[in-house]
This record gives sequence, structure tokens and C-alpha cells, in this order.
Amino acid sequence: MRPVAVAGIGKTAFGAFPDRDLRSLAVEAGQKALENGHASTSQLEAFYLGNFAGPSFTGQNHLAPYVASAMGITGVPATRFEAACASSGSAFFHAVSAVAAGLYDIVLVVGVEKMTSQPTPKVTEILAGAGDGCGEVRAGATFPALFAMIARRHMYQYGTTREQLAAVAVKNHQNGAKNPLAHMRKVITMEQALAGKPIAEPLTVYDCSLISDGAAAVLIMPLERAAEFTDKPVRVLGIAQTSDNVALDEKDDITTFRAVKTSAEKAYKMAGVQAADIQFAEVHDCFTIAEIIAIEDLGFVPKGQGGPYSLAGGTCLHGERPVNASGGLKSKGHPVGATGTGQICDVVEQIRGQAGERQVKRNSLGLAQNLGGSGATSVITILGAA
Amino acid sequence: MSDLGSGTIYTETVIYSAPEAYVNDVPYQLAIIELATGRRVTARIDGERAHIGDQVRFAEFRNSVPFFRKQS
Repeated sequence: MRPVAVAGIGKTAFGAFPDRDLRSLAVEAGQKALENGHASTSQLEAFYLGNFAGPSFTGQNHLAPYVASAMGITGVPATRFEAACASSGSAFFHAVSAVAAGLYDIVLVVGVEKMTSQPTPKVTEILAGAGDGCGEVRAGATFPALFAMIARRHMYQYGTTREQLAAVAVKNHQNGAKNPLAHMRKVITMEQALAGKPIAEPLTVYDCSLISDGAAAVLIMPLERAAEFTDKPVRVLGIAQTSDNVALDEKDDITTFRAVKTSAEKAYKMAGVQAADIQFAEVHDCFTIAEIIAIEDLGFVPKGQGGPYSLAGGTCLHGERPVNASGGLKSKGHPVGATGTGQICDVVEQIRGQAGERQVKRNSLGLAQNLGGSGATSVITILGAA
Repeated sequence: MSDLGSGTIYTETVIYSAPEAYVNDVPYQLAIIELATGRRVTARIDGERAHIGDQVRFAEFRNSVPFFRKQS
């Protein structure tokens, strides 16, 4: 397998953009990644699109060639990957796999979602399509409800508190306020977070990520060719995708995501590193409890210690191990199909030392954790300076 | 469909923000119930609020959705 490098990144702002459609967002991110990596469309050998529910949100299907052709990319494989909120993490995993295997050299991966054109109950229903439609969803589960049930059980088994959940939201908003592309650049207080409108007990509106529009793109190639395109290549040291049951009631222990653990083990092994070596991470905080479980499943803290560690500031921008310096899904926004590639862009920016006010001090080894559904897909990527 | 019998609340939530089909039901309680057989089922709780560890009894299916009630 050949070493693979990220040579270019491109992000749109995340937010609610009534005058932007899915395609224009995807094209903007893709073009920015090509400019950033000094590549042209004619050099691309394949196009990977991560998108969860474009057909449901916008009515448009056959999205990969629809987006690619608008960028002037034709005559190459253009394929859409769907893995719920891990759609573009999965597209990135498959693109890296193909480049590593020697199938292609220069490949563009774009993640996109256009969500805000639908009213919230409809968005809630579309997102619930990532759950088990015959069981939990028919019974009235929403994604906040599934993660609320996870939170309740985590609180019951480990004594995790509302304050510990809220600390994740407060920290991510602090970081997001420094991110010019974030959806909600607003600092919130612990008191505000605790008094938020209930969505699914014990989660309030401040425990939930945002419904956003946006796109993010990554240009990849074999490490040996990266110097032709950029003086700041970032190497993909380890990457893995694994799966698990879709329905929450089919999992033995809902306080842990088995797919996160298995994909992290594989990615650590491929990179030749251990959890303790990872200096900073972008994790999938679709809900505050998901960040607490992520840092446990990734091995950053012992099981059950994610809450106390978060409240004590271990994951803050200048804490022991910064988590979601970008603001995370909570503040940056969660256009679901763009989240995985968005995380890759944010980790690459940190490694390049280009994260501005959000820059972490120890920045040579970072991790991105992208979760699909309530844990049925997990993609872990470990990136390092080339 | 058969009687699901009784079980124990494994986890639960009360939902205030519902999908389109259930907007008229809010707030409603959803739970994962561990049945006597060990199998878990996602169901709605009717009536009194139930918490983790509480015993619940199957009441009925409504549109294929199982409803349970807290046992007094």
C-alpha cells in the first residue's frame, strides 16, 4: 500500500443559506480544495461525494456526476457514498483506499448537505431515516431521542451529570466563536446550557448540534507526488471504517460505540501509534454525550471518565488534549454529509499551523472521528505532518 | 401480534421535538425495555413516567408500535 497525503482542503461556511443550493455549496468547496492544492480538474482521476440525504432534502438524485460535471469534471468515476452522518468520512476512507492501492493518483473528495430548506419536523424525520425504521423510528424515536437514551444510561452507569454534558457545549461554543466559518459563533454560559429548552430529556437544545448547510472538500494523492502540488502535505497515517448494528436496542451496551473502538484500534495499528500519542482530535459531537463517549472509546480517558475530564477542562483549546478546537458539530454546525471531510480539513489546518486563534500548541499528530447514526458506522483518520 | 409480557426499563427519554408523524403526541416517553426473555424492545410508555430499573407491563400495539405501562 502506498502512503497517501492530503494536498488541498476547501470549506464553505457552515450555516443556513436560503439562497444557496446543494450543488453550489459542493462546487465552492471542491474548487477551493483544488486551488489550495494547486491542481486542476483535468488532473483528477476520480471524484468521491459524501452525502447523506440529498434526494430527501432536495429531490435531486444521481448527485456525484451532478456535482462533478458542474465543476467541469467528466470522464472519471464519480460516485456518492452514504453512511448517515459518516457519509463523507466514508467517501474519504474509500478514496484513500483506492489511492493507497494504486488505482488512482489525484482524487477529489467532497462532502455536502443542504438541510435548511425543510422545516424542523421534516428534517427530524429525514435524519431519523438513519435509524431502524421498523423498530425505534416507528415507535417515535428521533436522533436526539436515541442519544438522550444513551445519555440516560451513561448517567446511570457512570454518574455522568448534566453539568458535564453542558461543559462540552460551553467549550465547543468557546472554540466555535473563534472560527470564521462556524454556523453559531456565540459563546454560551453554563447557566444558559443547563436552562436550554428540552428536546429529549435529559438533552436540551444546547446539547444538540445544528441543522446546517455546507460543504467541505479534500484533495488527496500519493505522498510521493504531493511535493508537485504543495509545500504543506499532510500524511494519512492511519484510517479505518467499521460497522455495527443500526438499532440501539440490538446493542449490548449503549454507553459505548463498538464501531468506534474497532475502527480506532485498526487506525492506531496502521499508524503505529497509541491513543496516548494523539495530541488533538476532532470528534463527532452530534450531541454532547457523543463527545464524552468518543473520548472514552478512543482511549483518551478510562471508561466513565469522559464527563469529569470534560468538566475539568482536559479537552479545552489549551487543555491537556484539545478536542473540537473547530467548535465541533455543536458550534461549527453539522451539515451531515459535509461533517467527515470538514473534520479532515480542520485537522489538516491544525497540522499546517493555519488555525489562527484556534491553533493548538502540540499539532503534529491529530485524529478525526466521524460517526454514522447511533454508531452503526465509524470512520477514524489519523493525520500527521509529512 | 402477541403479548410482550413484562420487562424492565433499560433506558428512557421524554421527547419534546418530534418527527412530522408524531408532532401531535409531544411530550411522549420512549424507552428501551429489557423483556423477561432478555430481548430488548423500543417502545412507548403510556401513563405514569417510568425510570431506569422500573418494571413495566405490555399494554397494547397501536399501529404496530408496542405500548407499555409502569407496574404499580
